[in-house]
Amino acid sequence: MQERALLEMRGIKKRFPGVRALHNVDFTLRKGEIHALMGENGAGKSTLIKILTGVYQMDEGNVYVDGEAVAIHSPQDAQNTGISTVYQEITLCPNLTVAENMFIGREGGAFVNQKEYRKRADEQLQNLGIPARGAQMLGSCSLAVQQMVAIARAVDMQCKVLILDEPTSSLDDKEVNMLFGLMRDLKSKGVGIIFVTHFLEQVYEVSDRITVLRNGELVGEYLTEDLPQVQLVAKMMGKSLDELSDLEEIGSREAVAGEVFYEAEGLASEETNPFNFSIRKGEVNGFTGLLGSGRSESVRAIFGADKVTGGKVNINGKEVKISRPIDAMKSGIGYLAEDRKRDGIIADLSVRENIILALQVMNGFFKPISRSESEAFADEYIKALKIKTASSETPVGSLSGGNQQKVILARWLLTHPDYLILDEPTRGIDVGTKLEIQKLVLQLAKEGVSVTFISSEVEEMLRTCSRLIVMRDRHIVGELKGQDLNQAQVMKTIAGGEAE
Amino acid sequence: MNENVKKKREPLNDTQLLMTITICIFIVMYLLAMALLKGGFLHAQQIFDLLNDNASLIIVSCGLTVVMIGGGIDISVGAVTSLVVMSCILYLNKGGNVLLALMLALGIGLAFGLVHGFLISYLEIQPFIVTLAGMFFARGMTTILSVNPQKVDHEGFETLRNTKIEIPWLGYVAKNGNLVPARMELGVVIAFFCIIVVFVILMFHRLGRNFYAMGGNQQSALMLGINVKKTRFLSYIISGLLSGISGFVLMMHTGAGNATNAAGMEMNAIASSIIGGTLLTGGVGNVAGTFFGTMTLTTIKKIVVSSGLKDPWWQSITTGGMLCFFILLQSIVLGKRQKKKKA
Amino acid sequence: MKENLKKMPKGGLGQLTIPVIAVALLVIFNLIRDPGFFSISITHNNYGNAVLAGNLISIINGASELAILAIGMTLVTAATKGQDISVGAAAAIAGSVFVKVLKSGADITGGTVILAFICACIVAMIFGAFNGTLVAVFNIQPMIATLILYTCGRSIAYWINGGATPTVTSPIINAIGSFAPGIPIPMPVIIVIVVAILFKLLFHFTSLEILTQSVGINQSAARLNGINTTFIKLLSFILLGCCVSVAGIIGVSRLGLINHETLLLDVEMDAILAVAIGGNSLGGGKFKISGSIIGAYVIQMLTITLYAMKVSSTDVKAYKAIVIVLLVVIGSPVVKERFEKLMKKRKALLKGGEKA
Repeated sequence: MQERALLEMRGIKKRFPGVRALHNVDFTLRKGEIHALMGENGAGKSTLIKILTGVYQMDEGNVYVDGEAVAIHSPQDAQNTGISTVYQEITLCPNLTVAENMFIGREGGAFVNQKEYRKRADEQLQNLGIPARGAQMLGSCSLAVQQMVAIARAVDMQCKVLILDEPTSSLDDKEVNMLFGLMRDLKSKGVGIIFVTHFLEQVYEVSDRITVLRNGELVGEYLTEDLPQVQLVAKMMGKSLDELSDLEEIGSREAVAGEVFYEAEGLASEETNPFNFSIRKGEVNGFTGLLGSGRSESVRAIFGADKVTGGKVNINGKEVKISRPIDAMKSGIGYLAEDRKRDGIIADLSVRENIILALQVMNGFFKPISRSESEAFADEYIKALKIKTASSETPVGSLSGGNQQKVILARWLLTHPDYLILDEPTRGIDVGTKLEIQKLVLQLAKEGVSVTFISSEVEEMLRTCSRLIVMRDRHIVGELKGQDLNQAQVMKTIAGGEAE
Repeated sequence: MNENVKKKREPLNDTQLLMTITICIFIVMYLLAMALLKGGFLHAQQIFDLLNDNASLIIVSCGLTVVMIGGGIDISVGAVTSLVVMSCILYLNKGGNVLLALMLALGIGLAFGLVHGFLISYLEIQPFIVTLAGMFFARGMTTILSVNPQKVDHEGFETLRNTKIEIPWLGYVAKNGNLVPARMELGVVIAFFCIIVVFVILMFHRLGRNFYAMGGNQQSALMLGINVKKTRFLSYIISGLLSGISGFVLMMHTGAGNATNAAGMEMNAIASSIIGGTLLTGGVGNVAGTFFGTMTLTTIKKIVVSSGLKDPWWQSITTGGMLCFFILLQSIVLGKRQKKKKA
Repeated sequence: MKENLKKMPKGGLGQLTIPVIAVALLVIFNLIRDPGFFSISITHNNYGNAVLAGNLISIINGASELAILAIGMTLVTAATKGQDISVGAAAAIAGSVFVKVLKSGADITGGTVILAFICACIVAMIFGAFNGTLVAVFNIQPMIATLILYTCGRSIAYWINGGATPTVTSPIINAIGSFAPGIPIPMPVIIVIVVAILFKLLFHFTSLEILTQSVGINQSAARLNGINTTFIKLLSFILLGCCVSVAGIIGVSRLGLINHETLLLDVEMDAILAVAIGGNSLGGGKFKISGSIIGAYVIQMLTITLYAMKVSSTDVKAYKAIVIVLLVVIGSPVVKERFEKLMKKRKALLKGGEKA
């Protein structure tokens, strides 16, 4: 193992108005290692990354690359010092070709040789096994491929430091494996990789070293093999794991024998094939399957989020027509969307306004919720869900991801739904909040609310759901309950029964 | 497998698709005019007349297209054109030199571009407000310079103004048997020159590609290492310079100026760009499309006049109707594509 | 109210900082230039009414149409992230319809005026709905969609009255345009107050405000929360249509005639400007109607100040532009940040000095 430090960050301090984002943080990346940067939301990971990539300027501290002090004031500076970043959200231009996206904004002559670009891009893409062509418009590629193009760009720039900020959250297992292959390949070429993720298993699969941050401070740097998963979680959360075991006890759920609340026959939307589905009162079930298998699309169809094209829906035994979200809401269905930023929060509105929004819409145009009433609602749920916010008037966009998610949960809880659909409520949020949300789901079920819970982390679903509907290629391929609810069986069903 | 993939032809991108639609409609429309209205439309001179009359509009539309591709807007272009006309005429009438007048035109355009660019990209003020203020300022300055109409009285300039390029083989034989060659003004040459330069910048220069990237997704462009501020700044400089050139060309065409010169030109320029397939959201568009957009717009106006609807209000109503048609068409075509993409 | 003030960000007035500063600056400037600038006198007009007169009155009176349009424009901006540039043309259409209906009857009574107003309002709302449909249903950017009506609106107005510029003479129309007997305050000002109150009530008795803001900030999320985004956008344009018809009628009543070419010419730019000066983002989302109304008065005060300084009406634009640029530069977040940093440094220096 080479012990020479490729990148050193020493005594990094950064303040935002009212918040100490980073305090005296040190970080060291060696040549040819994959270094996981871990921490709960708000721990300062993103801030540290953004300082390194020139998006933010640090208040104090030093950054050394190859032992030399460097000043990074802009993304260009970062690129020039050999630091490349692939973000969770695609930061490429959809209106340009794949080739151009790989080469734009880099050193080169005044004139652009598209043919040369395409040739080089095709070579690089083929080397890395990425299913895209240089001449293709980026916007016509799937999200996963777009992400890979971003990595191909970084690889082509022969970066010394590659930062992967939650690169796997929109990839399915196959694609994740491809990405890991790519990462190991780069590692062997001496590239230092900083890997930020919320998936613990992935950390243990690829990383050599782990740095943990908590509340803007450095907790420590560890070799991955020396730090068991349980300890890592404890270090990230700063508390023991009693809560985790709490949940295990609540888990292992029996199937519920309540009455059927919702039943759909041949339901289809523009994005799904016709499918049947039902849920009982107080039941927690879930859709599982790979990304793009149609699990999100199915719940969107239930909620009327996409254009419904056919099917019969019964709620409490009565036939209802759900073609728009408002119809579903009026029938007692709530839906927390997969993409929090795009489909969830209204960033500029206050926490209070975000919480009352769904209830307000259900109340109707001519029955506004008064200020005092809405403040009472907001305060109630801020307390109940332990939402960390300066006040109920803080814009929700300035909250951390986990707290934003809680605000949206509060929004739906306020409508007192009979049936709550949660699509990836735990994505991109810290472990502590994940547990809180899972607990809440079980709590709701106890109170008789039906819940459909979707998560790309199968354990979470196994912990909470009493029935799992497995999807593949936009079709339901199986339903698991009771004894069959274990990881192996789920994987087998997803893979189509042929796999071990 | 990759061999196969490579051979596949890429489908048209949004820019190319919208431009193709415009060009097809322009050709069909012109052929229809030739068949139904006959008269002037059968002569090549008609096209040259359209070009002569609208050279300055073509030039400002080019500049506007650049700004729009970058995701901005510049509504000062017409007013700047008008200010340039007025200042150059006054300067020439004081016995100035033609070359210096051209410099003056470029200087005024550059000055507006610099101020707009600085305010918009470095102080992050909304482009609509900044260029609106620019428009007010240019219009106000024009009237401060002179409320009365002015005519150029300058020998050197008159010679330049009357220099026309004659193309005999595109001419026609008049009733008295003489050959009337097709005539093209110098302004048209300048306009074509501008189109080509801007086209080359947009398609092949790194700056042009940065405009597209910035208009496609500003945040991404920044992350890709593009200096977004500088890029945006330069887009307004280009637009300002082209407004300056446009003013000079307009002066060569009319030889006179008044306070209401080029009134409504900004909206015509926006309309031309849109018809030519530029989206106001940025990232999509092309100056070649803009050229055909301008031609389509002005041809419609010509057709309206030639069909005997002399009232000026018919022109604006048909222009409005046509805009409506193109805008809806674009919306429907792009909407369909997006659906297809999803499926 | 006090509580509200407490909750505002540390800028003090929050969004309203800039328009209020602008008003204050203009007032101070005028008072220095001419201490009697804002004095109000009582005079008698041609009809023998005792009426208020003076620069302040003419500012408040003159900004009436703009203020009303700014209210509607704020809503459209908030909901659609774009602006309607056809308000001037649409006002000309509304004014033409108003006159056409008035002229079709034998004589002008209160009833016919109300009828004419309703007709004008309906027509303006229909045109608003046309714009709104393009924006909300066909997803066309507002500026582009309204470019259509901007291009041909005045021609439609011309067609309504057959190309003529008919005059209407009636005490009722005169009262709408200037003063009603017995009321010393100009009628247009009263109309603005009425419209403002109506909108206030609208916000109080409906959930329009939060729905509009949600649609403007995050359309996708708004839709998934059951909001009918198409309806909200359409509604904003229709409400703007109402505002347009009122503004058009005030404009017609002031002159007693409809001139389709000059009625509220270039007002669209001023209306958008009023929204922006009012501290509202032209990118949609959160909005404050009061800001836009103050913005409208800022613009008018600026114009009247320039007139008072003997700037000719055609040249006013140039000076206006300079003031606008100054205002937006002061309001620019970048400039603010720089300024704050500078102040901090100064403070630190001063502190250091004290210690020493």
